[in-house]
Amino acid sequence: MKFNNEMPIYLQLFQRLALDIVTGKYLAGEKIPSVRELSVMYKVNPNTVQKALSELEDVELIYTERTNGKFVTEKKETIKNYLESLAKEKTIFYINDMKDLGYSLKEIIEMIEGNE
Amino acid sequence: MNNLLLECKNVCKNYGQKEALKDINISLPSGKIIGLLGKNGSGKTTLIKAINGLLSIDKGEILIDGKVVGTESKKIISYLPERTYLSMHEKVKDIIEYFSDFYDDFDSDKAYKLLDNLKIKADDKLSVMSKGMKEKVQLVLVMSRKAKLYILDEPMGGVDPATRDYILNTILNNFDDGSTILMSTHLISDIERVLDEVIFIDDGKITRYEDADKLRDESGKSIDEVFREEFKC
Repeated sequence: MKFNNEMPIYLQLFQRLALDIVTGKYLAGEKIPSVRELSVMYKVNPNTVQKALSELEDVELIYTERTNGKFVTEKKETIKNYLESLAKEKTIFYINDMKDLGYSLKEIIEMIEGNE
Repeated sequence: MNNLLLECKNVCKNYGQKEALKDINISLPSGKIIGLLGKNGSGKTTLIKAINGLLSIDKGEILIDGKVVGTESKKIISYLPERTYLSMHEKVKDIIEYFSDFYDDFDSDKAYKLLDNLKIKADDKLSVMSKGMKEKVQLVLVMSRKAKLYILDEPMGGVDPATRDYILNTILNNFDDGSTILMSTHLISDIERVLDEVIFIDDGKITRYEDADKLRDESGKSIDEVFREEFKC
């Protein structure tokens, strides 16, 4: 993974891992790699990994089992909701960009259908 | 318990008329990778040498884990100098033996393992190695100590990008929670993603000491860009 040095690294790692969870690279209930493993994998500082994981924990995509490590939530609903919120966010961004270009919603829909 | 690993209080150093360090005040916690960033001649190496007890300061105080600089502080600092002090004619195994004699916290097994990954053999001599290879060997030696504070002075000076990657990975793989790594460099873009905190030093003064991600967040720029803007020549 290539990081953009202009954005907090922990945030980019958080987004990457969240994506891995919602797209099923890590399954519900699956153990995720340790801080050290992730730090080596993504070539970032363990403290950065720690921060990214604590953000994931805040949005309840992962949880900590005190001695065993960190796991993807078993609540499939949470994962699905997160995926939908990401999709929604991207859609809104797209629509706003298109509106800036002067397209109406109807024209945007026609555009999407024409490009499928 | 005191979480501060390194404290510099009002540290001043003059070389004749020239003020090399002007009232330096910093406190470094343990468990972080910290970049000491400054242009050539900004005072990075002078500060590092002062922390390592290799030159005396004119004013102020430096404490390492609460101790003044001396024999005790040297035991807990593993230092990679800018220039090598290893004898070129020695074999790797002799250097390793020397290190384990000298430092109680030196882990020879770890050193051999890391050198083995580099395909360096115990009987190899430093004199036949390339510049990049020598840098790697020295880093391996420094990181094979179980120190509280690792101080790396320009660990990536003058080596190719692949070697820089190796050096960064070795630093990351061998960094553990209880220790702190302070590394100086002017090659910021190569290392900024591994830094927790950054210290900017310019003309012998500390001009910034901040969390790296916070600085990115607030400026919307990379550390490299912020640095270039602040220290434009």
